[in-house]
Amino acid sequence: MSDQPLQPIAAPFSFHGGIHPPENKTQTRDRPIKAMPLQSRYVLPLQMHIGAAAQAVVKVGDRVGKGQVLAQATDFVSASVHAPTSGTIVDISSHPIAHPGGLSAPSILLQADGEDRWAERMTPWVDYQDISPAQLRGRLREAGIVGLGGAVFPTAAKMATGQSRVPTLILNGAECEPYITCDDRLMREQPEDILRGAAIAMYMIGAERCLIGIEDNKPEAIAALLEASRSDPRFAVFSVPTRYPAGGEKQLIKVLTNIEVPRGRRASEFGLLCLNVATVVAVHRAVTFGEPMIDRIVTVTGEGITQPENLKVRIGTLMSDVVAEAGGYRSGVDRLIMGGPMMGFALHSDEVPVVKATNCLLALRPQDRPAEPAPQPCIRCSLCAEACPADLLPQQLYWYARAKQFDRVVEYNLFDCIECGVCSAVCPSHLPLVDYYRFAKTEVWAQEREKSKANQARERFEFRNERLERIKAEREAALNKKRQALAAKTAATPDDASAAPAHSDAFGTHKPASNGTEAPASMDAAVEAARARAKARREALDADRAAANEQTPVQAQQEQISKSDRP
Amino acid sequence: MKFSPQTAPLPEASNSVRRVMLTVLLAMLPGTAVAIALLGWGVLINILLAVSAGLVAEAAMLSLRARPMRPAIGDGSVIVLAWILALCLPNLGPWWLPVFGTVFAVVVAKQLYGGLGFNLFNPAMVGYVVLLISFPEPMTRWGPAIDSSGSALNFMQSVAWSFSGVLPSGVGYDGLSTATPLDHVREQITTGASIHHATQSLFSGGSLAQSWNLWLSLAFLAGGALLLWRGVIRWHIPVAMITGVLVMSGFLWLLDSVHHASPLFHLITGATVFGAFFVATDPVTASTTPRGRLIFGFGIGVLTVLIRSFGSYPDGVAFAVLLMNLCVPLIDYYSQPKVFGHKKSEPIK
Repeated sequence: MSDQPLQPIAAPFSFHGGIHPPENKTQTRDRPIKAMPLQSRYVLPLQMHIGAAAQAVVKVGDRVGKGQVLAQATDFVSASVHAPTSGTIVDISSHPIAHPGGLSAPSILLQADGEDRWAERMTPWVDYQDISPAQLRGRLREAGIVGLGGAVFPTAAKMATGQSRVPTLILNGAECEPYITCDDRLMREQPEDILRGAAIAMYMIGAERCLIGIEDNKPEAIAALLEASRSDPRFAVFSVPTRYPAGGEKQLIKVLTNIEVPRGRRASEFGLLCLNVATVVAVHRAVTFGEPMIDRIVTVTGEGITQPENLKVRIGTLMSDVVAEAGGYRSGVDRLIMGGPMMGFALHSDEVPVVKATNCLLALRPQDRPAEPAPQPCIRCSLCAEACPADLLPQQLYWYARAKQFDRVVEYNLFDCIECGVCSAVCPSHLPLVDYYRFAKTEVWAQEREKSKANQARERFEFRNERLERIKAEREAALNKKRQALAAKTAATPDDASAAPAHSDAFGTHKPASNGTEAPASMDAAVEAARARAKARREALDADRAAANEQTPVQAQQEQISKSDRP
Repeated sequence: MKFSPQTAPLPEASNSVRRVMLTVLLAMLPGTAVAIALLGWGVLINILLAVSAGLVAEAAMLSLRARPMRPAIGDGSVIVLAWILALCLPNLGPWWLPVFGTVFAVVVAKQLYGGLGFNLFNPAMVGYVVLLISFPEPMTRWGPAIDSSGSALNFMQSVAWSFSGVLPSGVGYDGLSTATPLDHVREQITTGASIHHATQSLFSGGSLAQSWNLWLSLAFLAGGALLLWRGVIRWHIPVAMITGVLVMSGFLWLLDSVHHASPLFHLITGATVFGAFFVATDPVTASTTPRGRLIFGFGIGVLTVLIRSFGSYPDGVAFAVLLMNLCVPLIDYYSQPKVFGHKKSEPIK
């Protein structure tokens, strides 16, 4: 049996829609992974992942070693940032990042010293089975491992499934985006590392089998993984028909298992966990060698690049340096895209760092693509609906997003949209549909934030009213008591002259101790009550002050408005 | 290096609205050719008049609305609209019929709603219905343009007839025009007579005058096949509409075959096939979901037969289409496909 040529299993299921755009992978598919030489300067944004930004734990002037933590994960869903090489922290400030809006974000600037000297490394755990899954998750968290398929979700958080056992691990080697070949090269060059990482992940989640999904346009990668896994029956390599977006996590799961993971549910609830092939290699390196995530493979390609390459790039390298390493731009380049042509976004500048999500840099010239026709009205042809892998009605979503009818947009399941871009690609009216959906999503989020803020404000207001009323009632009760006591005293005085310490009644709300044994207890209670009152007063004052502060800008605005209204 | 920020970079769509419209025009050519061959030059004159009037009206409206002229005219949608309307008009009608109908369709039904993509009603059918209601007599001027000696009107004679109502000497209008089969059936029904003769002559070697519907239907069916093959339309609406026609007419026919025409008759006469492939499939005004399209098409089919059988106009496709256009937002809302992940999946062990 082992003499027979190994064959992958044909993917047994399919997903709705999808397209087959020009693959454009030949430029780089035969370019081996090449490590980029050390640069002098690295820029490390504190947030390169989904979740909370990391918090800097170094100061300007600190000397750091390679792999040293520069910024610590702050939350369960967060990832630490490490020094890609040894050197000095020269600045911690806002720096332009790769962002569709060309924004800047807090970043650590590292000046390399050229020694590339490791800081103290985490303990290598060659026998990972001696370590508990929880400890291994801690290691992934410490090592800043995030999903390298594009979503950059912290892997430790993803693997904390809350399930006692997730029987099936799925390895995503589909790489369905045109132009990109970094996973292809990794699968061809390091299949053993991938399987080793997968084995660790399987141990961590209690999986007993691993399905590897690879698009059938990568026969060498399929062959490499088949060969590497031939002696281990837990692994099954699947050949997936090349159809974008087969590499979307939900689409790949559907193609391999026929399970549709609904929005808001985790694959682990269906007994599945899906990881990208590059992610499991990072898992392997973090566990086996104690290496944090300080580099990744980047496909540098496009007709605008002199020598397209697959480069192993340290996180934080400036994209201009990466492009220079690939021979620089050809003349006339007018567009640089991070990611593929389907889901990537155009950058404003190449003076931004490579981050953990940077799987591809794509440089294009205008002559290499047909002129972009101006958008025309939607004719509701519904080609988009036929191509949508999420079975949505993009034409309706477009209609309502355009009309800003956001409740309708939500009813038409906008939040099931994975922004794969297939609808825009097939649109005969050339509408930038995904832009409309992103816009609608942010609007809906903003509305929800506003709503919850308003709710909070209302709750605070109601609470304050309640409190003021309570204080008023308490005061009145105290006053009444005092009056009663006074009345009682005036009634009692002529008859009972022996009530010596009577004046204390006039001031205190509590009766003087008539019984010696009770005195300490009631004294304590009185002190407690006084303290509580004081505290309540203080809090009320604080809250009032806070409320007053909050109201001030609005009041000022109102004043200004009423002023400007005056002739 | 700085770059100009652009919207989502995507591979170029090879498809375009213009291409869709040109394919529709191409698909109408066989039917148009058959119509000209059987019904004479009047068909072509109608098309030329309608297209010219449509282009002028569209340009005028675009300039009034201060919208860019080139993309809107260049997409060819107004030509498709005018062409479809012209094919619905009587071949012996006066020149102002296509002109008025198309101008109304373009100005009111299309541009006043916001132009291509924003109209609720099929503009060509709006134009047709307005003509039918406003000018019922000229709208009946159908017939093979053949004089009593059996020779057809030539192009110039047809132009003269269209513009000035002058016929060559020796030719009478009565000799030219014939009641359409649907008109005939309507007449028979209203007089309470059997419709046997009318339906019979259509199939059993009846005169050319009465069987042109069959050839037209076949030619439009061929065009429809082209649209399906090119992916411009989906099968749902034509199939559902024809099913609707057959089911409803079959039901009536089984109830009372003396006063109701057979399903085959309904299928071949009037605008059934043309409507199923070229009118009801107008993407802007049709339902866009697969299930919705089935409902939409079936509704048109059923309404068409009901209007033909019980309404006061011989054909009902136009009214049926407009009525179902009205239902599209409702149909679309309640026929949404199940979104990914909303079907139940079982966890694997």
